[in-house]
Amino acid sequence: MTAMSDSTATPAVASLSTSALFLGFLKIGLSGFGGVMPFARRMIVEQRRWLNEAEFLDVLTLSQFLPGPNIVNVSIIIGRRFQGAGGALAACGGLMLMPLAIVLALATVYAQYAQVEAVRGACSGVSASASGLIVATALKLTRPIRESSWQVGICVVVFVGIALLRIPLLWMLAALCPLSIGIAWRTRP
Amino acid sequence: MIPPVLWELAAQFFVLSLLSIGGANAVIPEIHLRVVETDHWMTDNDFAQLFALSQAAPGPNALIVSLVGWKVAGVLGGVVATLAMAGPSSLLTYWVAHAWERFRDAPWRIAIQRGIAPVTVGLILASGYVLTRTADHSWSAYAITGATLALCLATRLHPLWMLGAAAGLGAFGLV
Repeated sequence: MTAMSDSTATPAVASLSTSALFLGFLKIGLSGFGGVMPFARRMIVEQRRWLNEAEFLDVLTLSQFLPGPNIVNVSIIIGRRFQGAGGALAACGGLMLMPLAIVLALATVYAQYAQVEAVRGACSGVSASASGLIVATALKLTRPIRESSWQVGICVVVFVGIALLRIPLLWMLAALCPLSIGIAWRTRP
Repeated sequence: MIPPVLWELAAQFFVLSLLSIGGANAVIPEIHLRVVETDHWMTDNDFAQLFALSQAAPGPNALIVSLVGWKVAGVLGGVVATLAMAGPSSLLTYWVAHAWERFRDAPWRIAIQRGIAPVTVGLILASGYVLTRTADHSWSAYAITGATLALCLATRLHPLWMLGAAAGLGAFGLV
């Protein structure tokens, strides 16, 4: 019934060429400021229908849980699904190529004008604002874990250890990941 | 002959790549710890400026890594740092993704996901804190951070407007 006309539930495309992967992720790389995931979702699910909503959510969850930049992981998983190793390389390369070139060009230009008061000021404004964006992202991410007191506890310990005590990440992860997964296992529904 | 600093960059970000559970934003405090406090590759202020540049360009959050590499060893440094940050984790994802999807409903998989979630949230909160402390040196900077935070939580305004407005205020010497 209506599920068929709903773009998010329709079956995804059956096949995708390596060049389509490259060009698609090239566009994703260029489309977002301060994080590209919302743009990636819109293009992959709604516009080109490479994946349906549920499939995308699966890929996203896995990408967030594995180490590495989330969108890079998304490109690897989708590239691999359609074209194996070549597809993963094409998708990831397409994603990173232009942003890397642009940001390095921007940095080179910035270095020329770094002494100009207005340029330094604009940068200070952007970094102050962008810090607020990250705090907002983090606070939104706390929503799904607020109900569970042990998850809140782990979150607080990580924050205190990393932000206030400046404990190296490796030690924090080595201590807290097993503990947290252990609690999750014992309290599994 | 490859300059030693490129090897060092590659080694640093190779390790960070595999530790970056929760994405690039989650390892910002660790990058700051290593490049500012341990290795003295740059000052606090340099780090804040690079972070601003990474947000002013389109693309993934991971670009802060490219800029740290650029600051340390030029354009080549930027490329090396980016490859080192993306490479190891991508290989891991490539190998794990397939197996992981087959165990979608396994209890151990769900336990791992529930266990990792609060760790990543804590890491990103820590990033917000470290960045705010690094970037904000005046009451007006804190006000911009606070205003951006409030707008993000209360409205659906696109973040680019907030970054643009903050850049404008800064350019006129108001930060």
